[in-house]
Amino acid sequence: MKTVFERPQSLVDTSFHFCPGCHHGTIHRLVAEAIDEYKVRETTIAAASVGCSVFLYDYFDIDVVESPHGRAPAVATGIKRANPDKFVFVYQGDGDLAAIGTAEIIHAANRGENITVIFVNNTVYGMTGGQMAPTTMLGQRTTTSPYGRDFAQDGYPIRMTEMLAQLEGVGYAARVAVDSPAHLGKARKAIMKAFATQIENRGMGFVEVLCTCPTNWGMGPIEANKRIAAEMIPYFPLGVYKERTGSDFM
Amino acid sequence: MPRLTIHEDRCKACGLCVEFCPKDCLALSDKFNPQGYHPVELVNPDECTGCAICAKMCPDVVFKVEK
Amino acid sequence: MAAKTFEKGNVAIAKAAVAAGCKYYFGYPITPQSDIPEYLSGVLPGVGGQFVQAESEIAAINMLLGAGSTGKRAMTSSSSPGISLKQEGISYMAGSEIPGLIVNIQRSGPGLGGISPSQGDYFQATRGGGHGDYRILVLAPATVQEMYDLTILAFELSDKYRMPAMVLADAMLGMMKEPLEEWIPKQAEEDKSSWALSGAKGRERRKIKSLFLGDGELAEHNWKMLEHYREVEAKETRVKIEVHDDCELAVVAFGSAARIAKSAVDRLNDEGRNIGMVRPITVWPFPYKEIRELAEKDIPFLTVELNVGQMVEDVRLSVEGRSKVSFAGYPPGYLPSPDEIYEEITKLLDKKD
Ligand SMILES: Cc1ncc(C[n+]2csc(CCOP(=O)(O)OP(=O)(O)O)c2C)c(N)n1
Ligand code: SF4
Ligand code: SF4
Ligand code: SF4
Repeated sequence: MKTVFERPQSLVDTSFHFCPGCHHGTIHRLVAEAIDEYKVRETTIAAASVGCSVFLYDYFDIDVVESPHGRAPAVATGIKRANPDKFVFVYQGDGDLAAIGTAEIIHAANRGENITVIFVNNTVYGMTGGQMAPTTMLGQRTTTSPYGRDFAQDGYPIRMTEMLAQLEGVGYAARVAVDSPAHLGKARKAIMKAFATQIENRGMGFVEVLCTCPTNWGMGPIEANKRIAAEMIPYFPLGVYKERTGSDFM
Repeated sequence: MPRLTIHEDRCKACGLCVEFCPKDCLALSDKFNPQGYHPVELVNPDECTGCAICAKMCPDVVFKVEK
Repeated sequence: MAAKTFEKGNVAIAKAAVAAGCKYYFGYPITPQSDIPEYLSGVLPGVGGQFVQAESEIAAINMLLGAGSTGKRAMTSSSSPGISLKQEGISYMAGSEIPGLIVNIQRSGPGLGGISPSQGDYFQATRGGGHGDYRILVLAPATVQEMYDLTILAFELSDKYRMPAMVLADAMLGMMKEPLEEWIPKQAEEDKSSWALSGAKGRERRKIKSLFLGDGELAEHNWKMLEHYREVEAKETRVKIEVHDDCELAVVAFGSAARIAKSAVDRLNDEGRNIGMVRPITVWPFPYKEIRELAEKDIPFLTVELNVGQMVEDVRLSVEGRSKVSFAGYPPGYLPSPDEIYEEITKLLDKKD
């Protein structure tokens, strides 16, 4: 008998604190699979961010330092510059990366920091109770957009992957989802690519993963999962936005 | 026949595996697990192909699949 | 003995960092400290190091946090407005027990203020500056040579106690040139392999963090930090005391203010007075005990600062009413001459006589 699926080794054997149906768990697993695949568990130093994923260090069997809200790309820059032989990744939510930490992510990307970024877009601030994020969809009601996000008031949802793909320092940029088996396969491949980008010294590897937050969306897990394809993907199209293959990164 | 190991204690009864199993092999049970959820169970073992779609869709890494 | 060169205070700090084996610098330009990044951007690449010009002081301090978490000797430097931006990161470094050097070449504030020398950041530096209950080591040089010596000491203490250290100087000390004798520390760098992040190879994984949500965990962490601070206070307080028997009055001043005040004190003593001088070299830990002992001998104090009254509060806390504490403050944009401080002291002596 052959094992076709099991818990990745670098994922600590414990329960996640995430709410039922929250995709953070799935995304954690995919990242752990990449750590295993590239055998970087023993050389990885990750920078955790502030949000529902702050407990990264409880779930991955790797060294982790906690960053202030939004600053993980700067923390990772410091780690990687001082330890170029280590594998360094950050895992950030959309409040963390696309609001308070925009300067840090854009400049880490622009400097071509050789790090891997997992960006989890769930259109809300999960940890603090579902307030509006820069990624909140137009019309979406949150605890701080009770009438629905209105572009005249709050602007449009921000598309980070498209923005970052423009920067020369980014070696790989993709947006993926984990709401269906087909999307999952692509998400897994993209995360692997973002790992390879760092290992092959091609600059920042960036993957945006569309994620549910059933709790703060006020939906059941199945309904929340459906929202990804119904509402998010049309505005946040999936795909590979940038992929350097050669040494055109100078 | 494929072997499905279900780590019931970890299940949060989100239903994603049930929704995506192409063979309708899974259902949420009536019992409670230590977290207070009705954990998933394999109700149609004969139909299971070991495709591992359930395992991949599960956010809580509840399954192990062998075949 | 190495030959002396004539160097700017800022350059002395940069050279000391290299001598201390610091290979990583992260910073954002601001007057009057830009000589430091300018010097290090030239030197660090040649010693296998990294110079990163960050997008902001916020990013720079977090890069320091990252490098520091891996046990690598690293630094950032800035001046007052930039140091304000670093406070978030400093608080996290303190909470996570990450070493690292922060240099503050103070300019005047509040706000954009100006680029003239100031000691207006004393409170910020000695009270932690960011949120939460914490302290950092703060060393206050008064000469170009001390800019060098205390930079090396700051690295060593920071590593030893796993807490951020600051060199607190100002525009005057940063920009002026004085003879400098460079030296290389003999002491080997602290072994950080017991806690630094290096990848979980052949050992349990490590977490460096400041979030403690477990029952009573954070209180315990705070108490542990306090105990640590008490140890630093007991072992690392440094102060230069020149006070003789029957001292009529002692001037307390640090950094540039101490230089100016010292000229006035010397002149008075040449004229036959008996004026003492107390110069805190560490302003955290502050020499409370040493000053209290002088107060117990009924010596009155005059605190001189380039601000409108900050360290004077610590002097009063040391004295606790045992003797009189006067204050002469010089807000930014204006450096007092030794003559003015001479006048200030004479006025106090006249009142007393
Ligand atoms: C400086 C600062 N401001 C605000 C907060 C409060 N805060 C904690 S998590 C968070 C947002 C998290 O949202 P997101 O990054 O989208 O991650 P999620 O929880 O949704 O995964 C905020 C605002 C903080 N910790 N620090
Ligand atoms: S609040 Fe939202 S993002 Fe956070 S764990 Fe729950 S579902 Fe996931
Ligand atoms: S392995 Fe495939 S067929 Fe079997 S229960 Fe899981 S999803 Fe259904
Ligand atoms: S997907 Fe996982 S957590 Fe959700 S019901 Fe199935 S086994 Fe339980």
